[in-house]
Amino acid sequence: MYGNDFPGEDAPGGLLGEVEAAEAALRAAAERGRAAAEPGSDLAAYFAEVVDADQKIEPRDWMPEAYRRTLIRQIAQHAHSEIIGMQPEGNWISRAPSLKRKAILLAKVQDEAGHGLYLYAAAETLGVSRDELVDLLLDGRQKYSSIFNYPTLSWADVGAIGWLVDGAAIVNQVPLCRCSYGPYARAMIRVCKEESFHQRQGYEILHTLAHGTAAQKAMAQDSVDRWWYPSLAMFGPPDGDSTHSAQSMAWKIKRFSNDELRQRFVDMCVGQAEALGLRLPDPELRWNDERQAYDFTQPDYDELMRVIKGNGPCNRQRMEHRRRAHSEGAWVREAAAAYAAKRAVKEKEKVAA
Amino acid sequence: MSRQHTPLWEVFVRARRGLAHTHVGSLHAPDAELALRNARDLYTRRQEGVSIWVVPASAITASSPDEKDAFFDPAADKVYRHPTFYEVPDGVAHL
Repeated sequence: MYGNDFPGEDAPGGLLGEVEAAEAALRAAAERGRAAAEPGSDLAAYFAEVVDADQKIEPRDWMPEAYRRTLIRQIAQHAHSEIIGMQPEGNWISRAPSLKRKAILLAKVQDEAGHGLYLYAAAETLGVSRDELVDLLLDGRQKYSSIFNYPTLSWADVGAIGWLVDGAAIVNQVPLCRCSYGPYARAMIRVCKEESFHQRQGYEILHTLAHGTAAQKAMAQDSVDRWWYPSLAMFGPPDGDSTHSAQSMAWKIKRFSNDELRQRFVDMCVGQAEALGLRLPDPELRWNDERQAYDFTQPDYDELMRVIKGNGPCNRQRMEHRRRAHSEGAWVREAAAAYAAKRAVKEKEKVAA
Repeated sequence: MSRQHTPLWEVFVRARRGLAHTHVGSLHAPDAELALRNARDLYTRRQEGVSIWVVPASAITASSPDEKDAFFDPAADKVYRHPTFYEVPDGVAHL
């Protein structure tokens, strides 16, 4: 089981257990009564009460404007990440080492597109249109995860992305299955169920390489060396510097702090790296008996800020590719719309006749 | 940039024969046929369903949570609609 076993929660074990527990909690919370079952005149109090009861806020409920804006920003950024995230892996589809690996990678990249679409749909329930969201990404006014601005230089990177990048994403995303906004929580449950395949396929690629020839093992090690710190940086700046955290925690959009999740991820990876026979590139990594957790070297947050600001190794390439794909797909959208319009006219004529 | 307004569709999937169609999410598509194909690719990649409905989101009329109080009130005070409301005398079977 490569999933994350969170201490203190007695789920059936692993990632899928966590997701199922979140799903069960969602149902249980929906059945629990609250003191005031209906929204009275005080909408803000009603909102707070629903959130406090761990129930879900739904699209047509009243919500604070800042809650709506925070969710749109977060869900859109998440959706953009899934869409841009197809590029580094898509880079290896034509060069996958076997037909089996190629079919699996195709399925995985298709899943990423699907995850982007679930999330765009969840964002749209907050009153923003798909067109606006696409424009925000293409104009660079909304971000995507900094991790996708790093290049995939070898086949082993496809493995490292699955194991470390998807692994970090899962640690981030499993708590989002319990987010207070219903459509986001439900989308995340779908996403997480599919992500566990992604993480395992990545781990399997690395395991195969690490137990292959010396050159293959070196390729796997090089890949882990390059992806480890960027993956740690995926959890965002340290708690002290994180601007949105406190309010998001109060609204139960976010359940754990950046540093807590980063620690979970490190603790989870150490044993998995041992099983691979690969080394995590951190000489300071060691068990701390007092904290019952691993001590580790923090990622370079200045580098994270540089990449977020647009100066990572692949930022320009990723955005150019996305813009080109969007404009080259214009004729497909136009043709489909023209065909739909023509058919609608014909249908109308048929009804009139 | 071309601006194509594609309508929103709500997707309902029947997981197995014998179960009702359940709402699973939404998607954009220019027409019903493409909505159905997109829904297959988006919501049933892992055999989640044996049948799909797509409905234009604009065709759905929803009750608003704001009017929940008044709208669903008539059901609240009719406990006699539930069998548990009635007392069955001791010894009476098949009721």
